Amino acid sequence: MSSLILADRPGRMENAAATGFKMTVTGASALVAVALSGVGVFLIVSSAPAFTAHADQLPLAAPTLWALAGPLVFGSIWSSTLALAIALPLGVGVGLYITWYAPRRLAGLLAAMIDTLAAIPSVVYGLWGLMCLAPVMSGVYDWAARWLGWFPLFAGTASSTGRTIGTGALVLAIMILPIIAALCREVFQRAPAAGVEAALGLGATRWEMIRLAVLPWAGSGIVSAGLLGLGRALGETMAIAMVVSPAPFFVGWSVITSANPNTVAAFIAQFFPEAHQVEVAALIGLGLIMFGITLLVNAVGRRLADGRQGQR
Amino acid sequence: MKKTTVIATGVAVIAALTGCAANEVATDQSTPPPASASHTATRLTGTIDAGGSSAQTAAHEAWRAGFQASQPEVTVNYDPTGSGTGRQNFTDGGYVLAGTDEPLAIDHVAGPFAACAPGSALVEIPAYVSAIAIGFNLDGVASLTLDATLIARIFSGEITRWNDPAIVAANPQVGLPDLGITAIHRSDKSGTTHNFTDYLAQAAGSAWPYPVAQTWPSQLSGEAAEKTQGVRQAIIATPGAIGYLDASQAQGMGSVVVGAGEKAVAHSAQAAAAAVGASPLEQGRSTTDVVVALNRTLTDGQSYPIVLVSYLVACGTYADPDVGQLVKSYLGHVVSEAGQQEAAKHAGSSPITADPTLSGLVAKAVAGIH
Repeated sequence: MSSLILADRPGRMENAAATGFKMTVTGASALVAVALSGVGVFLIVSSAPAFTAHADQLPLAAPTLWALAGPLVFGSIWSSTLALAIALPLGVGVGLYITWYAPRRLAGLLAAMIDTLAAIPSVVYGLWGLMCLAPVMSGVYDWAARWLGWFPLFAGTASSTGRTIGTGALVLAIMILPIIAALCREVFQRAPAAGVEAALGLGATRWEMIRLAVLPWAGSGIVSAGLLGLGRALGETMAIAMVVSPAPFFVGWSVITSANPNTVAAFIAQFFPEAHQVEVAALIGLGLIMFGITLLVNAVGRRLADGRQGQR
Repeated sequence: MKKTTVIATGVAVIAALTGCAANEVATDQSTPPPASASHTATRLTGTIDAGGSSAQTAAHEAWRAGFQASQPEVTVNYDPTGSGTGRQNFTDGGYVLAGTDEPLAIDHVAGPFAACAPGSALVEIPAYVSAIAIGFNLDGVASLTLDATLIARIFSGEITRWNDPAIVAANPQVGLPDLGITAIHRSDKSGTTHNFTDYLAQAAGSAWPYPVAQTWPSQLSGEAAEKTQGVRQAIIATPGAIGYLDASQAQGMGSVVVGAGEKAVAHSAQAAAAAVGASPLEQGRSTTDVVVALNRTLTDGQSYPIVLVSYLVACGTYADPDVGQLVKSYLGHVVSEAGQQEAAKHAGSSPITADPTLSGLVAKAVAGIH
């Protein structure tokens, strides 16, 4: 009771502390805005020369920056979409298992393991993909080329090294799985108890309960989880640079051939060390284009998430 | 009066641009030189800010260690930013010494370079020579003889199987399997690719109509891998793979004996140095600008033609004479017999001292730095 009175009538000290705290959090938020616009301005200013450059000044002797960027943007989006297509169902499944199926002790252990997966540096994932996963996948791709070659994803000659965009997407999927699974777990745990109990009380099986009381409620949370995962996949550099065998200006759907689209981030990493003058501006320009795409993806994702929330 | 102010300001700006190096430099003449000091009688202090070609990284580690044995007060920073950035930073004054896999273009040699005194000559020396091996993964085959045309046809995707009649004809004693060839090139921009494509363009004639560049020709397919280690990993992991990589990293795989004319040469430090020694110097450059115009079509049976020559670029006259002392002392160690042997041991390079004419020219260029 007395604490309530204190809260109603703050003393001078507390008032100062409250103001200070407010300023601190306001400052922190302002810093985000400053950093974001700072990065934006840096990208625009330093990439300006690349947008008007001639062919012989750009990396790979591309005629224009757009001709260079197009296939790379395709590669970034394609590899991330593949990764998300693999990781999202898995992540939702893992989240559901941990919250509703697993024995409590196992659930705790699983959650800890997923968090550990998130802490592994991407260069380690790259090494693993390169040295372990790719040789294994080359056998799978051989098989896929023979029996599933009619399907566009598995068209063409299988890569003998296994270092394809498919392997890259698998590595990406494993990298983004922890984020998706952890967020899904959080969301599923917060499903309203009333709905869950009502469903179970009406004699619903666990699966029916999840379908009726958990999933509809968790829709926007799953979308957000997927978006965060997609964001990480779009920006991932090392794993793709190390694992995938890229071909310049390549655009194609097959996930099993030696020729693969490169991604924006991996291309920047591969060409920056030996780049100079306009080439540097071009690489920063690629960064700017990717920056724009990430903003767009986030905006669309927010709309989706909000829309779902509205329906509820 | 006004002019002196301008010059003084200029020097101050240059000193600021070269980092802390210029401020820290102080030659201490009073200390007696240690017995082991072989390059200079003076004990120097200061920092050399250098950078550029990543191929030279391991060599600079060896040179730094050897150099600091006699000059413990000198810090040598070598930042492997890549050749292009190295040349750029040398021009802008960020580095007082730059490593580059490609020599400066003749029309850029005149400068101006921020760290050099006005009107200074440019010193450019081949400091790091290394063979580029062509490694492959074929069970039970340690060496294959291939000439430039065959290599070009394999890497351009024209020959696709190991038991192709053309490869069998060149290697009658070897049992070649009926296996697909996976040709691996670098996915990043690299001096190794530049030298490899230059070799093919010079030696393979019409079999290699593609450009000579630091990036693999975009009209060709094939498998790409990142950096030397990526190529090495891909070769080791893939039966039937073939790729080009620095010779120091080519253990544990078969390697190509390169045919030229009637003879064939395996890669070795001696054979790489022989190719550099037998090549003429590039015309139209000054005596301190020692650039080798690599002749990759030698048929003497001793020269290994696929060689990477990486240069160090310095000023003939530094704006700050103390910096000049430091660079001269360090480069003196780099091009000495001891320095070249250190790099050979640590980085697997080929000592340029194997060729007395060339190393004489290089030593003379370094001795003129001040």
